[in-house]
Amino acid sequence: MTGPEMVFDKTTLWIVIAGLAIGSFGLRFAFIGLVGNRAMPDWVMRHLRYTAVAIIPALVTPLVIWPAPTEGAPSLLHFSVAALTFAVAALSRNVLLAMATGAGSLWGLMFLFG
Amino acid sequence: MTISTAKSAFWKGCRDSAPFVLVSGPFGLLFGVLAAEAGLNVAEALSFSLAVFAGSAQFTALQLMQEHTPTLIVLISALAVNLRVAMYSASLTPYLGDAPLWQRACAAYVTVDQSYALSMIEFERRQDWTTRERMAYFFGTNSLVAPAWMIATVTGALVGASIPDSLGLDFVLPIAFLSMIGPMLRTPAHVVACFVACAVSLPAALMPYNLGLIIAGLAGMMAGAQAELWFARRDAKAETRG
Repeated sequence: MTGPEMVFDKTTLWIVIAGLAIGSFGLRFAFIGLVGNRAMPDWVMRHLRYTAVAIIPALVTPLVIWPAPTEGAPSLLHFSVAALTFAVAALSRNVLLAMATGAGSLWGLMFLFG
Repeated sequence: MTISTAKSAFWKGCRDSAPFVLVSGPFGLLFGVLAAEAGLNVAEALSFSLAVFAGSAQFTALQLMQEHTPTLIVLISALAVNLRVAMYSASLTPYLGDAPLWQRACAAYVTVDQSYALSMIEFERRQDWTTRERMAYFFGTNSLVAPAWMIATVTGALVGASIPDSLGLDFVLPIAFLSMIGPMLRTPAHVVACFVACAVSLPAALMPYNLGLIIAGLAGMMAGAQAELWFARRDAKAETRG
């Protein structure tokens, strides 16, 4: 047993870990540690509010349309699972419920049609 | 007594945060499992969680590294996902800004969604609290969640490598991301940002090095900001009309 194959090299991994450690600490320390009570311009704050809600959908959409399990071939099964997960997440605002629905429907459909 | 009230503020933070262990536990577990699937050993997965301590950024980096994205783009994208903590940091400053520097540095490390959200509610309610009590409460909100995140990462990494490929784990990360979007859709402007980012991400996926992610993210951010202004103007107009 050699374990799962590494798909990226160790140097890359450690550069990413170190870079993210410094970067995410920097983001958190930026204001509370350095800037003090100075206010940010409105337009900056207005854009910052939407970073996560823009980046995560932009990351996930191609993964749904061209899913990895089928090596990128559009798949009704994966699209349905994604649509259901998103619907539950948006309506319930409950992350765990949405994840459970998504995983349950993925394994259910894989069992039925896999 | 300052010490005893600081202590009770710490325990209050600890109690208030207890339900969030149910959220960070499974997410840490999932991170451990997916890290193991990607070929990380237990020490590497734990180092990742310890050093970065930001769930969505860790998931983003893991996904992009597996797609052989250039390191710089992995870093920019993962940090962009986590930019909101800069906002948290800014809005905590009026409450914690005059604590000693080392305390502020520790607080910065544990600034995450749940410690921020719980603390802002409590700080507004307890106007009588000193910075010392506020800081104690803030650390209290992390006293369970942070260890839970680390333990869950290790557990996940230990079992992850033995989970068979046939379970379709390579689609679990997209499911996790989709689930995380739900609570983010707080206002109509957030919904606009989300859907513009989705729409732009598909044609942008043709760009090399996953640059399309950054383009689509920026498009979503600008759309959200513009939508916020538009909705605010519309509401103001509706109000003046009566």
